[in-house]
Amino acid sequence: MWHWLNQKFLAPKSFYANSAKLIPWIALAFALCFSYGLFAGLFIAPADYQQGDGFRIIYVHVPSAFTAMAIYFSMAVFAVFTLVFRVKVAAIGMSCSAKIGAWFTFLALITGSIWGKPMWGTWWIWDARLTSVLILLFLYFGFIALQSVIPNQQTRDRAGALMAIVGVINLPIIHYSVIWWNTLHQGPTLSKFAKPSIAPAMLYPLLAMIAAFLLFYALTLLLRMRNQILLREINSQWVAELIHE
Amino acid sequence: MNNFSMGGYGYYVWSAYFITLFVFGINLFPIFFEKIKIKKIIREHLLKKRL
Repeated sequence: MWHWLNQKFLAPKSFYANSAKLIPWIALAFALCFSYGLFAGLFIAPADYQQGDGFRIIYVHVPSAFTAMAIYFSMAVFAVFTLVFRVKVAAIGMSCSAKIGAWFTFLALITGSIWGKPMWGTWWIWDARLTSVLILLFLYFGFIALQSVIPNQQTRDRAGALMAIVGVINLPIIHYSVIWWNTLHQGPTLSKFAKPSIAPAMLYPLLAMIAAFLLFYALTLLLRMRNQILLREINSQWVAELIHE
Repeated sequence: MNNFSMGGYGYYVWSAYFITLFVFGINLFPIFFEKIKIKKIIREHLLKKRL
């Protein structure tokens, strides 16, 4: 079973071929979700009764924060596959995710800061949620730095995998920071979906934007992974054949 | 939403959305240039191997 799975989907050559089929569908789903989320978030959703139109930053801030955390979680999953099952594409997926994750964390911090200025009266505060997300950004930077200083590919993958697994402890800290500590940041937005405290007209664009951000991550991850696969498999016959085509 | 000024919050809202588009762009477009570069590296590598 494992051998079949590895040969059919996880071997670099088959992953490269299968990802080419997936990419157009992911791009299409992203375009649909993003255009709906963007239009409905900006023009259809009603203004918030307290924050007015300023609340519309939620449609880029919450999805970017959610995606930043989801990317780190996916890195930890890739890390387990790298360390336990020695899957080559998992190691590639892990290292390709780090840069995308760092950008989304940066985006979450910047859009949060832009939202914070008119609502809280300050660009930044050493609040538990903001600080724990900043730590996530440093974890991404640490991972990228670690990968760039180790010359040996195998050691680099293993060290990166260990760091990704250790750093995952920060994710529950980010999520529960607003519950454990007295913070200026509002409570967890996503868990509120269970008991709708947000009007459907505001909720659906948010869900569409979250889906769009996750699809964007999947799209850029596959594109980056395909590049890295070619580079790592430079001595393989199939890469030579592919280049000559 | 009444107009693009967004009740005085336009500066903040549009900035957040434009920064988001910038981050999307910076994540997506360099990948295609990277692919061209990688293919060039592989071609040179294969040429060296033949020689």
